Amino acid sequence: MEFVANIVVTLKPSVLDPQGVTVKEALHSMDYHAVEDVRMGKFMELTIKADSEQQALDQAHEVCKRLLVNPVIETYTLNIKAQTGGAV
Amino acid sequence: MLRFGVVVFPGSNCDHDCFYAVQQFISEDVEFIWHKSHEIHDFDCIILPGGFSYGDYLRTGAIARFSPVIEQVQKFAESGKLVIGICNGFQILLECGLLPGAMLRNTSLRFICKYVNLKTVNEKTPFTSSIARDQVLNIPVAHGEGNYYIDPEGLADLKRNNQIVFQYCDEQGNVNDAANPNGSVENIAGICNKAGNVLGMMPHPERCCDPRLGSSDGLTIFQSIMKSLTVSQ
Repeated sequence: MEFVANIVVTLKPSVLDPQGVTVKEALHSMDYHAVEDVRMGKFMELTIKADSEQQALDQAHEVCKRLLVNPVIETYTLNIKAQTGGAV
Repeated sequence: MLRFGVVVFPGSNCDHDCFYAVQQFISEDVEFIWHKSHEIHDFDCIILPGGFSYGDYLRTGAIARFSPVIEQVQKFAESGKLVIGICNGFQILLECGLLPGAMLRNTSLRFICKYVNLKTVNEKTPFTSSIARDQVLNIPVAHGEGNYYIDPEGLADLKRNNQIVFQYCDEQGNVNDAANPNGSVENIAGICNKAGNVLGMMPHPERCCDPRLGSSDGLTIFQSIMKSLTVSQ
């Protein structure tokens, strides 16, 4: 079976995000003062072949920890679902 | 004769500068090491040069860190031999865990390419043995992600173990916010590991070894390496 893992990587809340600050300031200069904070991040979509959702989830967490995320500065969220529509 | 190795990753672009600096001024025995190498033998010092390994994709140094040669570099470092990572080389050393911390985008969001002043705060490493304590070096930086980050506990560790080697400063050697080009914690420009045989620095000493290029302050670092290795042999 194929599963799709959606991964969002952001800087930890304790780490200053220079891009987020700059975008926030741009929004404020456009008079969107209701926007209180902006955090930038990365979105990654992985297609994983696995026997079960649990196995795909374990695999996704493993690659996050080994390569996709640097735990010194980053944190991530992960959602996984079975690929629909069938393989071509 | 001392033998130097310069590792070449896809996207390295300071490899030839390092090679030239070593060959012209330090030792004619210098060799390129392709990043797919599974063996590195008989070197006295390995240099991880600057550049944009793997296009800086994902994070700077994150993919190069899994090149086969890195496992060899880790073993080399664990055996007490000298490893110096410059700019992207420093970023790779952080990603592979030979040095603590991580790099963030410069606070200005700009790529910064200019001469900066560095205060030598640890003159006891093999990389600074020919430099006086607090000596100010004028060496160029060229990076978009040189904003060194480490959490407060990690910073306390660095200080306790005297691992901070270079700090950005003004011409007089004052370490202050105005002299910090990229937002680095405590103006950190270079650190070493606890044992002192692995150095990472963002500025490029290889770019200022030849006095014809405006400064030869970078040479003091290579001369220190040579001095330390000659003494230990």
